Formats: sequence, structure tokens, C-alpha cells
Amino acid sequence: MSTPAVTVIHFPGSLDHEAAARVMDEITGPGNGATIVSHRAAALPEGTAAVVLPGGFSYGDHLRCGAIASRAPIMDAVREFAERGGPVLGICNGFQILCESGLLPGVLRPNDTQAFICRQATLEIVDDSTPWTSGRSSGETLSVPIKHHDGAWQGDTAACRVVFRYRDGNPNGSQDAIAGIANHAGNVMGLMPHPEMACEELLGSADGRVVMGGLLPGSAVAA
Amino acid sequence: MSTDTTPLHRQLGLTDWENDRIPELLGREPTGPELVMFSLMWSEHCSYKHSKPLLRGFPTEGPTVLQGPGENAGAIDIGDGLAVTFKIESHNHPSAVEPFEGAATGVGGIIRDILAMGAKPIALLDSLRFGSLRSNRSRYLFRRAVEGIGHYGNCIGIPTVGGEVLFDPVYEDSCLVNAMCVGIVPADRILRAAAEGVGNRLILFGNRTGKDGIGGASVLASAEFSHDDDKRPSVQVSDPFTERKLMDCCQALADSGLLVALQDLGAAGLTSSASEMASKGGVGLRIDLDRVPLREEGMAPAEILVSESQERMLAVVTPEDVDAAIALCEAYDLDATDIGEVTEGDALVAVHNGEVVVDIPARLLADDAPVYEVPQDPAPEPAPIDPSTVPEPSDLVQAWCDLLATPSIASKRWVYEQYDHLVGANTVVRPGGDAAVIRVPGTATGLALTTDCAERHCQADPRGGGAAGVLEAARNIACVGGTPAAITNCLNFPNPEKGHTGWRLAQAIAGMADACRALGTPVVSGNVSLYNESAERMIYPTPVVGMVGILDDAAATTGHGFVAEGDVVLLAGGAEPRLDASEYLGSAEGRPDTPDIGAEVALCRFVADAVSSGSVRSAHDVSQGGLAVALAESAMAGSIGATVTLDGDTRPDVALFGEAGGRVLLTCTPEGVEGLLSRAGDVPLREVGVVGGDALSVQIGGASVILGVDRAREAYETAIPDALR
Repeated sequence: MSTPAVTVIHFPGSLDHEAAARVMDEITGPGNGATIVSHRAAALPEGTAAVVLPGGFSYGDHLRCGAIASRAPIMDAVREFAERGGPVLGICNGFQILCESGLLPGVLRPNDTQAFICRQATLEIVDDSTPWTSGRSSGETLSVPIKHHDGAWQGDTAACRVVFRYRDGNPNGSQDAIAGIANHAGNVMGLMPHPEMACEELLGSADGRVVMGGLLPGSAVAA
Repeated sequence: MSTDTTPLHRQLGLTDWENDRIPELLGREPTGPELVMFSLMWSEHCSYKHSKPLLRGFPTEGPTVLQGPGENAGAIDIGDGLAVTFKIESHNHPSAVEPFEGAATGVGGIIRDILAMGAKPIALLDSLRFGSLRSNRSRYLFRRAVEGIGHYGNCIGIPTVGGEVLFDPVYEDSCLVNAMCVGIVPADRILRAAAEGVGNRLILFGNRTGKDGIGGASVLASAEFSHDDDKRPSVQVSDPFTERKLMDCCQALADSGLLVALQDLGAAGLTSSASEMASKGGVGLRIDLDRVPLREEGMAPAEILVSESQERMLAVVTPEDVDAAIALCEAYDLDATDIGEVTEGDALVAVHNGEVVVDIPARLLADDAPVYEVPQDPAPEPAPIDPSTVPEPSDLVQAWCDLLATPSIASKRWVYEQYDHLVGANTVVRPGGDAAVIRVPGTATGLALTTDCAERHCQADPRGGGAAGVLEAARNIACVGGTPAAITNCLNFPNPEKGHTGWRLAQAIAGMADACRALGTPVVSGNVSLYNESAERMIYPTPVVGMVGILDDAAATTGHGFVAEGDVVLLAGGAEPRLDASEYLGSAEGRPDTPDIGAEVALCRFVADAVSSGSVRSAHDVSQGGLAVALAESAMAGSIGATVTLDGDTRPDVALFGEAGGRVLLTCTPEGVEGLLSRAGDVPLREVGVVGGDALSVQIGGASVILGVDRAREAYETAIPDALR
């Protein structure tokens, strides 16, 4: 078996783990792809170069989005990996889990529309110095879909780096139209939009590759 | 039940004749639990006793059909060793009582039908009907049903990619919630529900069994409706998180080869699943009710047998595989219990506290329900609308905007943005167009999916309307480049024992069958929902069609929006627009033309070919609201206008807003026109205009009707959100 490059964590109720793994398989080439790992595991597979916490409804959103998953056995290993500087990407429910586990500041509140929203969004790059915006400059935009019910980020912007903002309207009422943040070191990134759903022109946009490329910097992943 | 003096069998929904028939068939009086089981299995919802003879009129065979009606869902071969399996089902009555849970469990139920085929669900669609949005109750039902559908589909992670929503006062007391699920399964690994192998074990897995949804099929779904909060406990409660685990577990079980048979628990719960599995397999089943995991203490045998608790499945496995199957379920955090065995003979036996409480030949429940011929009383032929009796609008632009803001025509963005239509990362054409396109995972093949119905046409002319619904679905499939392959349907009708409804049901089925034969699209599954009426109102005959089409290459599709300045606008199809039963008229009055099925089939073939060969830049079915609405939708979708000239002496409002089946709006490059005309062959195709500018400018009868794209969008996009404010 080849060394897993990207580890995608599966919690009960995760929905977008396969899409994330498929994208990383496609863009990193055969034999160097992603591995889906159960929330029950105590450790990350050896050779893990990056971790994805995928979208979905972990534990059916019971209690609070991401709250139960943030206490899953695997999360201690993810925390340790992040503290060592390993790239960790939380998408949608994964972003909620990162906030619940303290790896990123702030909280994700219900959308101000009080409804689930699924639509294409325009993201403006606010901070182009993280690995998650490789090759792009601040002010440039990416077309990436959103699909969530609890996506209004609120928190202390001094405690993180704002990486993405919604352009052309704030769909969920988040603070300063923030769509995604990273920790100060830049290795832990959380965002509500779904870059893994925007990696093929056939599906409407390939801009998501820019963000997914942050998982394996230097691999010329970004389109 | 209440303390009234009505005999028990009538409280359970059985007629006196049916009640007398049971001891004749059994050779003895039924036990209490047996009577309850008969009442459910002989309900219209479970037995189709008023529709079964008519349903035989559908064409159900074809070279690609792997499974026709009679299983949990139908299946057709799509090549690459794969089958697509799909079905549509109603959850109308529960949704009228408790719209959130009613709609949510409707989605959950149809997903389990697909799981029972051993398939992976890849798409959901929903066909909805409500009363006028001016009604408080209809606004509540609409809002909550959409939330319930979204809640279930979003949480389980199956994209909701299409459907339709229409509003008409006839649905005020009987809203319709029809849900369709589409799945993919290896063609040689389709699971069936027939129990086999004496000595094999029955494994019940998923949720525990509770008192929710008891009598749902008989109390709710098989009688005319009055708004009665007492019926609320008959509505089931949804748990999409558990169904997600169930979905993953069913696929793991199917992959493992551990299953002899699989069946979901839906209406009438364990009773229905067990009797159908036994009857199909020609075997008996013995169930130990003491082993069924319960949610609460002290449930009576009848309650355990008919509980409609959701998210449960019943599998048959060999004795050697029991431990492995249970272990697999437990790996998905699901309860799984060996509750009984396959036996010799044909009896469904249930044991409680060591005592046999049920012992019935399974076929009496599953197959031998009484069958009734419904009265065939033709409705009088309605008179066609004489346009001269319809006042001509003084301001055609305003009339155009008003039509775009009619809730049935207006943008359904408020609905589909509440549904995750992208999960799975295979959605090629999203909601809002003619049909959705989903890529079959791991292949280049696309599936075009749509639901359609021509209910007002059905009211005026049920045979023509039945055909028109199928043909509209085919045009929508063709507009995204798909070849219509097969259909499922949900026949939503009022009480068939009264008035002209039985005749309308028979006529609509005949019309649908006419169109299906001509298109080569067999009916592979379906559902019937009758008694959709109250003392005040009966619904239109609403035979909803769910159609699946195939694209050899999912990328060989197109949208409905205009693309580029200078592109030529063409109108394909020669049907003449009429006001009869149109949205512009706002009623089912009049007599629409009977569809020219041959011409429509030729049109579909031409359009599908034009799209898949890349010969057109856009394609859009001309349906409700006529040519004016189709032009506006294409202009809004592309954010670019067009200049169009309509010749002829048809009155302008009729030409713009009149409806007729069999018309498609196409655009192509100027260089492509000649090729397109030759591709069309005998299909009428004429140039009507040019794409460009920021307005739609229609020259008609010597006048110009000009509507800005932004003004159109304002009317079209704000209508439904404003109505709900």
C-alpha cells in the first residue's frame, strides 16, 4: 500500500468525504491519493501529509453542529498534527468541527435567513499569504458553491487570519461577510464554501483547486 | 381509537363486505392482530384495490427493463454493467396533517425503496402541489413541506436535483407531496424482496419499533380528508441521520453478498414487508414478536406488527451468515436482530409470549385484497375557449410581468436553494432548468431527470392530459440532450368511487400509456394516491410522471439560457397556442388540443440530437405561460435579451401566453442555422429572432412589446419570497 498523502476523516453523518478524497486522488495522481479514516481511529495513518475534515451532518447535527465530532477519538491526533504545523482543512461541517475543537476561533451561527442555502458563491481572497490561496492574489475571486444551514461565522478576527470573504452579497449574515479563516500560522484553514465541489469545469467551476492545493503545497495542484 | 360505537372493522377502514370476506378466506374468525393487519393490507394505499385493473394498461416491458412494477422499484439497464433504479411515491395525506414530518418521511420512505434494490441513491426529485399562496394554510404547508424535504435530503446526503411546485386552489385541502429517488446498482446484483430458503433467518435492522405511524396507511391515506389533529399520531417521525447509516449499511451488506433478500419497512410496517416477502417467495415466515427491539414497553402484538416507525429494513440471510450480517450492521451503529425464520408452507405466523397470535396465508394479505372496478362515468366534453370572450389586456408588458410573477411560473429558487443539490459532486445541470443532469458516478454517462404533469389538461381532457404530461417530461429530457428511457408515475386522484374520477383515472392511464408506447419509455414503477378530496374540493387528476433519460456523455448537454449576442432564436414544433387550461387563463377551463403524439416524439428526437451533437447553444421547452415565459426564462438565465418577430394573425396575447405541447425554443450560431434546419427534417423549425441587448423585444401584429431582462427578473424572482413574507 502506498503512503497516504491526504487523510480524510469520516464521522458518522459525514457526507462529502468521498468527494474530497476523489478530488485529491484526481489531482495528485494514482497511488498517491487520499485515505478515508474512521473517527474511531486513535491515530492518523503513518505518512499523513494533510488532513481534511469534510462536510456533512456529523452525528446528525445533534447537540450543536460539529460539537460531538470535535470530541471524537481521532480529534486528539488531528489537534496534535495541527500543532506540529500539518495542513488541516475543515470544509463546512469540518469548519464547524475546527471551531468547536478550538483549533480555530469563533462560532458558526445559523444563517440569518434561518434556512439552508445551496448556491454558487463568489469568494474574494482577503489574505493571499496562506497556502490555501496559492498562486492567487488578494482581491481576486473564486467561484465556489455553499451549502449549509449554520454558516454565519462570528468571532475575534484578531485571533485568526481572514482568508475569504463573500463578494456580491453575504448569503448567511456572517461577521464582515467572512467565508473562511485560518490560524495565524496559516496551516489550519476552515471555510463554509465547498472547494471540493468546484474542481471540474463540468460541475460549473474548477476554482476550488486553488484551496484544495493548500493540502499539498508545492505539488502543483492548483490549476 | 375513540369510544364510539362504530364497529371495530369500520374504525379500521374495512367495509362490511370486506369484514365478512376475511372469515370466509381464513376459515375462521380473525384474531385481533389479524384483523388490524387485514385492514392495513387491504387499504387502498397498500393494495391498490381500486386501481389495480387499470394499471395493467401501462406498457411495462422493453429491451432495457431489468425490473418492472411489483418490486420495491423499477430498474433499467444503462450499459457499463450498471442499472438505474427509480420510483416515485406519494406522502400526501401525512404532509397535509404535519407537513414537515410528512414530507421528510416521504423522502425517507422512497429512499428505502431504492436501498432495498441494493442500490446507491444518487438523486432525489419532488413534485409538489399546494393551494393558492394567498391562503395562510397553504403558505404554512408549502413552507414546512419544503423544509422537511430539505431536512431529510440534506442530512442524508443525496442531492435533490429537481421537481416542480404548482399552486392552485383545488389543492387547498389536499396538498400533494410526491418524492422520487434514483439509484445506481450493478445490473447483475439487483436485490429482490422475495424470501427464499426454508430455515433462513429474518434480520430486522435500523431503528427500534415504536408506536409512531400506527395506521398511517389506512387511517390517513385511504380516506377522504378532514383536518383533524387527532390524526397527527398517525404521522411518522423522521431520523435522516439513522437513515444515512442505514444507507451505508445496506450497500455494505449488498456488497458483502450476505443477503438473500432485502425489503424496507414502509406503510403497514412489518406486516407489509413480511407478507410481501413471503408471498413473492412462495414461503412462510415465522416472526417472534418478543425479539423485535421496541422503543417502549408494553406494545401490543398488533402495534408491533403495523408500526410505521421509520428507518427500518428486513433482510433474509442464511443461518451461517447471521452473525456476520449482524456484525456488519453493528459496525454502522445500527441495531440488528434475528427475529424469525423462513418456513415451509405459505403462512405468516407471529408469536408473542410463546403464543401464536397471527397465522395467515401471506398471499391473503399481500395479493388477495378485494379488487374493485371503479365506475366509468365519462365527464361531459368541455367547450373550447373562444378567445374573443377573454378580454384582451391593455398592457401586454404588464400582463407578461404578471404571468412571470404567478407562483406556478415564478422562479422556484426559494425552494431549490433550501435543498443540497450538489452533494456527491456529480450534478452537471442544476435545478431551475428543464431537467437536471447527474453524472453516473465513475462513468461519463449522464442521467437526465425530471418530474412533470399536465393536471389542468387532465381535468379538461384526461386522456390527452395524461399523454401531455409524459410528452412534456420527454421534451424536458430532450432539452438537456437526453434520450427518454423509462418512467415512474404517481397517480394522485380524488375518490375514484365518486363522480367522473374513476373514468378520469382510466383515461389518464390510457393517455400516459399511449405516449409511453410511442416514446418507447416503459413504466417500471409507480404509486397511486386516491381520495385526495375534502367535502369542499377535489383535486385535478394529477398523474405525475418521473422520467429518466440517458446521455451517453454527461458533458454533451446545454442549458436553457441564451448564450451570445447574434445567436439565432428558433422555434421547433408546430403546435398552435391556445388559452384553454393555460396559466394565463388561470384555470382548467376549456379544451386543450389533444397532443399529436407522433409529431411530439419526432420533436423530442430532433431536440435531443441537436443538443447532444452540440448543434445548439440553448434549448428550452415552451410550457406554462407560453412562448413569452420561455423567452423570458432563457433571457434571464443568460442575462441577455433578444429581438423576436411573431408572424401570423393570432391575437397577440394568445400568441405570447397561449399554451400548446410540442414546442421548443432553440438558439444556435448564425453559421449553425442551415445545419440545424437540415437536421430537423420534417419537424417544423423556423427562425423567430436574434439574441442580444438587455431586453426582450417582440414584434407582433404591427406592435412592439418590450420587456427589460431586469424587470422580468424582478417579477420572476421576487414573487414566491414576497408571497411568503
